[in-house]
Amino acid sequence: MKPKVAFFDFASCEGCQLAVLNCEDILLDLLALVDIVEFREAITGTAPYYDVAFIEGSINREQDAERLRDIRARSAVLVAMGACACIGNVQARSNFIAPAENFKRVYGSEERNQVQSDPEFWPLWAHTRVRAVREVVKVDYELRGCPLVPEEFVHLVKSLVAGTIPRFAAHAVCVECKMHENTCVFDRGDTCMGQITRGGCQAICITNGYRCDGCRGLVPNANMAAHLGLLQSKGLDNREIANRYRLFCSAEPLGRVGRSGHE
Amino acid sequence: MNKASKTYNIDVHHVTRVEGHGNIRINTRDGVVEEVKLCIVEANRFFESFTRGMMPQEIPWVVGRICGICCVGHQLSATKAVEAAQGITVSPQTVLLRKMLNESQFLQSHVLHVYFLAVPDFVGVPSVLPLVKTHPEVVKRALRLKKLANDYTEMMGGRTLHPMSNTLKGWRRLPDLTRIEQIRDRLAAAVPDLLETVAIVQTLKIPAYERETEFVSLKHPGEYALYDGEVFSSVTQSGVPVHAYREVTNEFTVAHSTTKWSRWHRDSYAVGALARVNNNFDQLHPEARTVAETLGLRVPCYNPYMNNVAQVVEVIHCAYNSLAMMEQVLNHGLQEEDIRHVPCSGRGSGAVEVPRGILFHEYAFDESGRCCDANAIIPTSQNVNNIEQDMKAFVPLMLPVMSQEELTLHMEMLLRAYDPCISCSVHMLKVDFV
Repeated sequence: MKPKVAFFDFASCEGCQLAVLNCEDILLDLLALVDIVEFREAITGTAPYYDVAFIEGSINREQDAERLRDIRARSAVLVAMGACACIGNVQARSNFIAPAENFKRVYGSEERNQVQSDPEFWPLWAHTRVRAVREVVKVDYELRGCPLVPEEFVHLVKSLVAGTIPRFAAHAVCVECKMHENTCVFDRGDTCMGQITRGGCQAICITNGYRCDGCRGLVPNANMAAHLGLLQSKGLDNREIANRYRLFCSAEPLGRVGRSGHE
Repeated sequence: MNKASKTYNIDVHHVTRVEGHGNIRINTRDGVVEEVKLCIVEANRFFESFTRGMMPQEIPWVVGRICGICCVGHQLSATKAVEAAQGITVSPQTVLLRKMLNESQFLQSHVLHVYFLAVPDFVGVPSVLPLVKTHPEVVKRALRLKKLANDYTEMMGGRTLHPMSNTLKGWRRLPDLTRIEQIRDRLAAAVPDLLETVAIVQTLKIPAYERETEFVSLKHPGEYALYDGEVFSSVTQSGVPVHAYREVTNEFTVAHSTTKWSRWHRDSYAVGALARVNNNFDQLHPEARTVAETLGLRVPCYNPYMNNVAQVVEVIHCAYNSLAMMEQVLNHGLQEEDIRHVPCSGRGSGAVEVPRGILFHEYAFDESGRCCDANAIIPTSQNVNNIEQDMKAFVPLMLPVMSQEELTLHMEMLLRAYDPCISCSVHMLKVDFV
């Protein structure tokens, strides 16, 4: 019997589901291997249990955490899909700001107070903190990056169908950047997170003329002290360093010192 | 069934085949409509809050993450806003490249919406998947067109989703001319696929419900406005400059929706493909105007279900217009440009049309060049109010002649016709029928 696969989205841009739909060349072949039972962005339908559940998005409210726990309880394998699910992504930066302040900045204080006190709808507005999926439930596999890398998604699906162990890069982006023979970002006069960021993206941002902002999260055992020193040696002050580490990957090598850079 | 006995409690939780989370709630008692609500239940992500402290160059790159389907539009609108705030003007080459990047996303988004999200309703199936067996040629054509549009975006931007090539002042890495030639040839060869798309949409039975409303879009004296222009209203037949966008959107908050609502001269207004085609019909490419006629789209058109038709008209427009722009680039070549920039203080706003409608961004920067204020007003949040008004107008008309299932389907189709993008708007959607 074909494995039952489902896709679920939480707080995200839903671009990782789109990235899956963008595998046009092999989409029909993949569909022959699995049975997609839920995929709200593309299909109408539900199912009682899943062999593989793909979770996109960060978990921002308790009602979302409850929904996630329910999905976990009905899933054999659970995959965190994309940077929002794996590490919280850019919106995790709002964790450094008080929730009331976040609401005030977006909705205004008067309107915030009005809508948040309507008892019929208050769970809608009950924002807690931005959490990665693994902070709420057990995660079996992670597809990192913003957006996910389609080749890694296909590799994981094939491995799960074949019953083999999927392998993902455990080295830094920096390694892949060298393999693509790019001029180092530091030599272009900018600074980069590629030394401490988990690879697998083939350094695509640097290859296209930008830098690495760390969307895949930290490589295991990243030497944060050395990287911090490197950024400091390039003249970045604590405020800018905190800004950079918090841009995508919520890293905190400055600890409490970085708080002075807090907006 | 007797009209007087119709008591429907419709609660569509997390409407499918839309981007983001929305519920429809409709309650009728003894044939009388008691409540119609479009509830937007998407979790907040607070982009306008956490962008504070960022450098100008980082803003378009990060706020593109508001939405996967419209990442290019967010990036372009934010780029224009930040450039206005930083006193940057750009070359004609950069404007041309940005128009190409933007139209590549129109092609991708409209094709995805028409084939994957809208067509299944008309064929009476829950998704595009059953069509793989029953209509394999249709699915394969949809995938071919989508792939072509995605390759076009990738060629221009470096990647299909969240592209990195465009930045303040220009391109980090210019597109490769050989690849432009390849995409041009593939696009030129795709005309039969586009005509087949028109033929399919011609067979769809579009619900015939109309409600006169205000259409808002960009308008430009020289072209069908997708990248630049004034903010134009169909009611006053006049426009205001983009920096006065708050006069247009007049945002307000309702408890059942985590997206903010908008209104201008009337109780609500509509943005998107239908609004643009209505406001700027004469500036469409002649081939697109012909297709509009073939598909029975005559302006002014007040049937929101016709938005899907307007999307097809725009697909034709963007295809032919893109071919012309690619020709222009190939004839003139591309020059490397100096994109270095020292951040400074200032405030500025920008707007582009994205597939779902007009998109506004505004940013302010302090003395250290860091972002100190941000605002983004998304097409779907401008449309939500109008969608709910449509529902309120149509439910009493549909109630006497439809079963609960038919009514629910027509409400979902209405919502999908607007091609809502809810992540965007809360940065938003759920329909509860209560």
